[in-house]
Amino acid sequence: MPAVQETVDQVRRIDVDQYKYGFETIIESDKAPKGLNEDTVRFISEKKNEPAWMLEWRLEAFRRWLTMREPTWARVDYPKIDYQDYYYYSAPKKKPALNSLDEVDPEILRTYEKLGIPLREQEMLAGVVRPEGERRVAVDAVFDSVSVATTFQAELKKSGVIFMPISEALREHPDLVKKYIGSVVPVTDNFFATLNSAVFSDGSFVYVPPGVRCPMELSTYFRINEKDTGQFERTLIIADKGSYVSYLEGCTAPMRDEHQLHAAVVELVALEDAEIKYSTVQNWYPGDAEGKGGIFNFVTKRGDCREKNSKISWTQVETGSAITWKYPSCILRGDNSRGEFYSIAISNGRQQVDSGTKMIHLGKNTTSRIISKGIAAGKSQNTYRGLVSAHRKASNARNFTNCDSLLVGDKCGAHTVPYLEAKNSSAVFEHEATTSKISEDMLFYCRQRGLSAEEATALVVNGFVKDVLQQLPMEFAVEAQKLISISLEGSVG
Amino acid sequence: MNAEVRQIRTVAEQGLLDSYLASKAKLPGAGDVMALREAAFKVFEQQGLPHRRIEEWKYTDLRAVMRDSKPLALPPDAKAKSRAKDAGQWLAAVGARRIVFVDGVFAPDLSDLSALEKGLTIGSLADALAKADPHVLKILGRASPAKDDPAVTLNTAFMGDGAVIRVADSAVIDKPLHLAFVTSGDKAVSIFARSLVMIGKGAKATLIESHEGPAGIEYQVNHALELSVGDEAQFDHIKIAHEGDKAIHVGTLIADIGAKARIGDFTFTTGGAVVRNQIFMRLGGQETNANISGASLLRARQHADNTLVIDHAVPHCTSRETFKSVVDDEARSVFQGKIIVRPDAQKTDGKMATHALLLSEGAEADAKPELEIFADDVVCGHGATAGALDEDLLFYLKARGIPPKEAEALLIQAFIGAAVETIANEALREALMSEAERWLAARG
Repeated sequence: MPAVQETVDQVRRIDVDQYKYGFETIIESDKAPKGLNEDTVRFISEKKNEPAWMLEWRLEAFRRWLTMREPTWARVDYPKIDYQDYYYYSAPKKKPALNSLDEVDPEILRTYEKLGIPLREQEMLAGVVRPEGERRVAVDAVFDSVSVATTFQAELKKSGVIFMPISEALREHPDLVKKYIGSVVPVTDNFFATLNSAVFSDGSFVYVPPGVRCPMELSTYFRINEKDTGQFERTLIIADKGSYVSYLEGCTAPMRDEHQLHAAVVELVALEDAEIKYSTVQNWYPGDAEGKGGIFNFVTKRGDCREKNSKISWTQVETGSAITWKYPSCILRGDNSRGEFYSIAISNGRQQVDSGTKMIHLGKNTTSRIISKGIAAGKSQNTYRGLVSAHRKASNARNFTNCDSLLVGDKCGAHTVPYLEAKNSSAVFEHEATTSKISEDMLFYCRQRGLSAEEATALVVNGFVKDVLQQLPMEFAVEAQKLISISLEGSVG
Repeated sequence: MNAEVRQIRTVAEQGLLDSYLASKAKLPGAGDVMALREAAFKVFEQQGLPHRRIEEWKYTDLRAVMRDSKPLALPPDAKAKSRAKDAGQWLAAVGARRIVFVDGVFAPDLSDLSALEKGLTIGSLADALAKADPHVLKILGRASPAKDDPAVTLNTAFMGDGAVIRVADSAVIDKPLHLAFVTSGDKAVSIFARSLVMIGKGAKATLIESHEGPAGIEYQVNHALELSVGDEAQFDHIKIAHEGDKAIHVGTLIADIGAKARIGDFTFTTGGAVVRNQIFMRLGGQETNANISGASLLRARQHADNTLVIDHAVPHCTSRETFKSVVDDEARSVFQGKIIVRPDAQKTDGKMATHALLLSEGAEADAKPELEIFADDVVCGHGATAGALDEDLLFYLKARGIPPKEAEALLIQAFIGAAVETIANEALREALMSEAERWLAARG
């Protein structure tokens, strides 16, 4: 059945032509020369004042990258990227020794204000403008290649949580970084991850010590501003034994006619009994209705449930980017560990999304759950690509996967490419596209109270995802929520 | 990533290249047929055997599996024919018209060609190629859905003999046709057979295709069946891969279906070391209903791969795909299914399901049920499960005094039965179920 009118209207409201974050900030910036060679890598490392081992690490990645070829298996079609035509480092020109927020370029502060990102702690702490019960969020703001401000650092420090730009962490906590960086996404993992390893400029570093429940949400807000730049950030989050952290990531970019490149790497490590919740609202500029401009988003995100009883949960709302190539994954190494992936991918205009997840069951009694909803409108192509695998020793592995797609209009495409690999007979995998299979009990309960099957299904799925979305501090969370309330009517497997 | 890097030729690839050059003059057909062979061979020469870097062959790495290529089978002599005389007889209860191919070559003397129904013609492909039969040349290798498939390409280069069957418009052939392919010898050979089946408008027929051969011999079979089904026709195709335990079998069905037709297709796999069953079906006419199912019973180190691509090219078609596999010991079952819904194919209704039952620690099941949808007013879905036998069900049966092995057998039968049930012909259903029972009995 075709999509209902309400759905059509809602999707139209977030159409590419109505991109709200497309303004540009005019500031002076400090750039590496265009192009990519060993000198660029050295330049970035030097700018960051990095230890020598890091430079070696980067150079090794760069040499390896030269021998690699760009992957072509994804269902995305884009003009060949000229890697020499980008700036690999661009930072706002700043005064030396930046001590307080007041010294940050007011233009940048205004940019974040416009985007609705609170960078001023005092305002928030004053409590006057803060409505009752509003949650506090510590923000690391990354502008092009560098982090411009990180809030609440002092307060976090009290509880032992380290939250700072990764470039700073490399100087202040080199041992921690050295121990974990590249341990989840190896340097040679894939073309884009290797490129990132060579040229990453900034990103966030989080370490939550044993037994600590991080007192507030942590968040990084990425903005690509400069023309022809590539943003290569690297995020590393470590949750030590028995700790908990919730982390949010948001991204926007100005509207430009040229494509911009974004190749990030996110590594999560959860030790015994630890839990990491990672949420993304990806709202990069998607290009105009004809596919001009927009961000090429090639991201490698992977979480490692390294020890027993650990849990990693990915939530993503993907509305932006011209090209999305992104598969947040969980390696369930520890016994009894759990991986979750909730995703809503919305594509419009000429956007192309190829996204999904990987759940690799290695430990015993590991469980995973995948809920993915793809909505394609305009002339876009929306693909879910996911792998669930249980290895020989992963006895009692359990997976439940549900992926729905919705097509709005007859010029778009929605595709699902799930891979299931069961190498253990006690593994139980269920992959369902039929919405009635979510939870018969819940549906029965709702239906008993007079809801139709459709309403009941929508309620169950939405209730699930909404929980996470409502915590998003960003302005567009409202929009994201609207999208979640989209009816399941007319959805296809 | 579909890597284009040419690796060094494997022994099997080199063997195939040599074998082609040595025998191409002896292969049936000249002129156009030769041109077709040459073109296909060129493609093979460039691509080589499919390997795991080719997405469609990810789970069945033919390059790794084929350690060498076997010499092309010689035409069967009297001895071979006498060894092959009972081919397919285990299906005698079905009462089908048996058409026997020994080592890929049509054996009229072993076949039942008496009192052919009106509108039915049965011939040999080798004859048609040698005579340059214009009707055959017109359709041979022209079917588009499998143009780029490496197995079909190889088949086109080497094709020897096979069946050419025509069912005229409106003809109703009640007696099922049974193409019994048998590898007779005690030597390892390779066989490339190709069959063409044309079902006329409003016609009705059932075709059984069985493949068997000796145990312990490493023979290789590549069969391709090109099928066209006219508007309003009703056609059932049942393929049984019952090869010897060391055989490599690659079989492809390339089907083009007209409007308002009803298609039933079933693939049953019990034999063979490595079996790859491919189906490329294009639903090219509106209001057609296709039911494509299959069941595999695998043990030891068997590897069976069911790969299908169902192309909904026009609106208002319905397709159902149900594949079940029972995997014991160290065996491995692979399912790759793809439903394509073209931009104009509104009101398509497609449902694909694959279920794997893992009976032992070392068993493996891989599934990739894919949807590729370009139309918005459709109902498509897929489901996939993999797991062991339900403990609760086993407990229930055991609590009622049924011994564990028997209880397992009952559950497995029920599991397979749900797929076999989709076969329209009752006698055939029974024959396959008793084959499943034999398999279970041998499990011990």
